[in-house]
Amino acid sequence: MQVSINVNGTDYNAEVEPRHLLVRFLREDLRLTGTHWGCDTSNCGTCVVLLDGEPVKSCTVLAAMASGHSVRTVEGLEGPDGLDPVQQGFMEEHGLQCGFCTPGMMLTARALLDRNHDPSEEQIREAISGQLCRCTGYLNIVRAVRWAAEHQARAQTESPSQSETAGV
Amino acid sequence: MQVPASFDYRRAESVDDALALLERYGDGARVIAGGHSLLPMMKLRLARPEYLVDINDLTELDYLRLDGDRLRIGALTRHRKLLESEVVEHFFPIFTDAERVIADPPVRNRGTIGGSLCQADPSEDLSAVCSALAAEVVIRGRGGERVVPVHEFYRGPYETAVGVGEMLVEVRIPVRHRAGSAYEKVERKAGDWAVAAAGAALALAQDGRIEVAGIGLAAVGADAVHARAAEELLRGREPSEELFAEAGRRAGDDCEPVADNRGTAEYKRHLAAELTSRALRRAAARAAAGVEAGAGV
Ligand SMILES: Cc1cc2nc3c(=O)[nH]c(=O)nc-3n(C[C@H](O)[C@H](O)[C@H](O)COP(=O)(O)OP(=O)(O)OC[C@H]3O[C@@H](n4cnc5c(N)ncnc54)[C@H](O)[C@@H]3O)c2cc1C
Ligand code: FES
Ligand code: FES
Repeated sequence: MQVSINVNGTDYNAEVEPRHLLVRFLREDLRLTGTHWGCDTSNCGTCVVLLDGEPVKSCTVLAAMASGHSVRTVEGLEGPDGLDPVQQGFMEEHGLQCGFCTPGMMLTARALLDRNHDPSEEQIREAISGQLCRCTGYLNIVRAVRWAAEHQARAQTESPSQSETAGV
Repeated sequence: MQVPASFDYRRAESVDDALALLERYGDGARVIAGGHSLLPMMKLRLARPEYLVDINDLTELDYLRLDGDRLRIGALTRHRKLLESEVVEHFFPIFTDAERVIADPPVRNRGTIGGSLCQADPSEDLSAVCSALAAEVVIRGRGGERVVPVHEFYRGPYETAVGVGEMLVEVRIPVRHRAGSAYEKVERKAGDWAVAAAGAALALAQDGRIEVAGIGLAAVGADAVHARAAEELLRGREPSEELFAEAGRRAGDDCEPVADNRGTAEYKRHLAAELTSRALRRAAARAAAGVEAGAGV
């Protein structure tokens, strides 16, 4: 069947079998291997991507079900001005070791910060509770998301003057 | 890598369209809502539908509506919406208690109340919740609608009253005065299925006695989703610690848990009893607080 999925701002049209899973469409057809694939049983959360802006486990969504919708993967986090504050936060606060859980964690963090600019530690822990990390003990992931919240807020208060300069 | 067996996929554009597709494909067709019970089963080849009818575009089935003395919940309403709803928390805190511990945020972004009930897994938390609240479900086919009490909806594990060519469209919950409800669950780790869980819903009469009592259990056997014997004990009685302990014992005696990697049958029976009395205690306290605040009258 024909699907049309917007991934990181680009429309992709493809012929797929109805049983094709979104995680495989992303990794194998589009070669966007930043989306990881672990347990295959909707438990580990390493396959999390944003579907219309909200975290979902892409091993438990059919590509067919995502047709007509927009998907954001870790490859779509970086903006024209450089790394997303969430990516910087993971770097600054040492939010990863092996990196296997990291793409899903960062996308969940992005979705959380889009809705809540100043999440508490408890809210961050709740948001990432569907995703396993075998390395960090979660503490540095929480710190990384807090780092992003704080720096994002700072960037936003500074940005009006920046855009004025850009307009000149 | 787990891959489902081949199937044909159709995306329904309206409820009528979905029903026409279900009727056309008959026995081999299955509705797919959130897909978070069905797809894992298909990946394990425990389910092999020939046709999937995707109802995710049917936003007309995604609603929470207070309508006179009942709350109407569309079948496609996601766990997340139930968790975040203030109306649900105000009238039915048992839902909010349960939703906080159902799976995890990404699963709750997809899973629906219709899928939870139609899955008819005796471990499904919303089945216990809807049982405690004595919900009714609305089943629609091409010939029209029928309203079925949730206690008659389950025909056994993984079997419901939804027939070939039909689908669940709505869940209705009666709003009661001087009422309170609560859900208690023990899980091995955050987001896991229950080792055992119990939900209780009480409504008090003017004189403070229990007028309506509902108890639903999860993960302790298909027949225990509705804990009848414990409910009967409570009706017409004055709420008390002893009464709640006795109701818990009855719920524990009446259920039929099986041993698995989540615990022994004996442990689960103990949990069913203890969690029932805890849920009753909190439900009664919430009902009393509501009466005091004047909200429940
Ligand atoms: C990792 C994980 C953890 C989970 N933990 C819990 C938990 O702790 N507690 C809990 O209660 N649940 C848990 N679940 C299950 C979750 O709540 C599911 O989302 C839910 O059981 C099914 O909802 P769904 O919309 O995804 O249904 P689907 O998977 O789409 O469908 C399930 C069944 O219902 C049928 N169906 C769906 N909608 C309709 C309809 N409107 N009319 C007729 N038939 C219909 C389908 O044909 C299928 O047979 C968990 C799931 C996962 C993946
Ligand atoms: S691979 Fe999807 S949750 Fe583990
Ligand atoms: S960094 Fe290794 S699993 Fe999280």
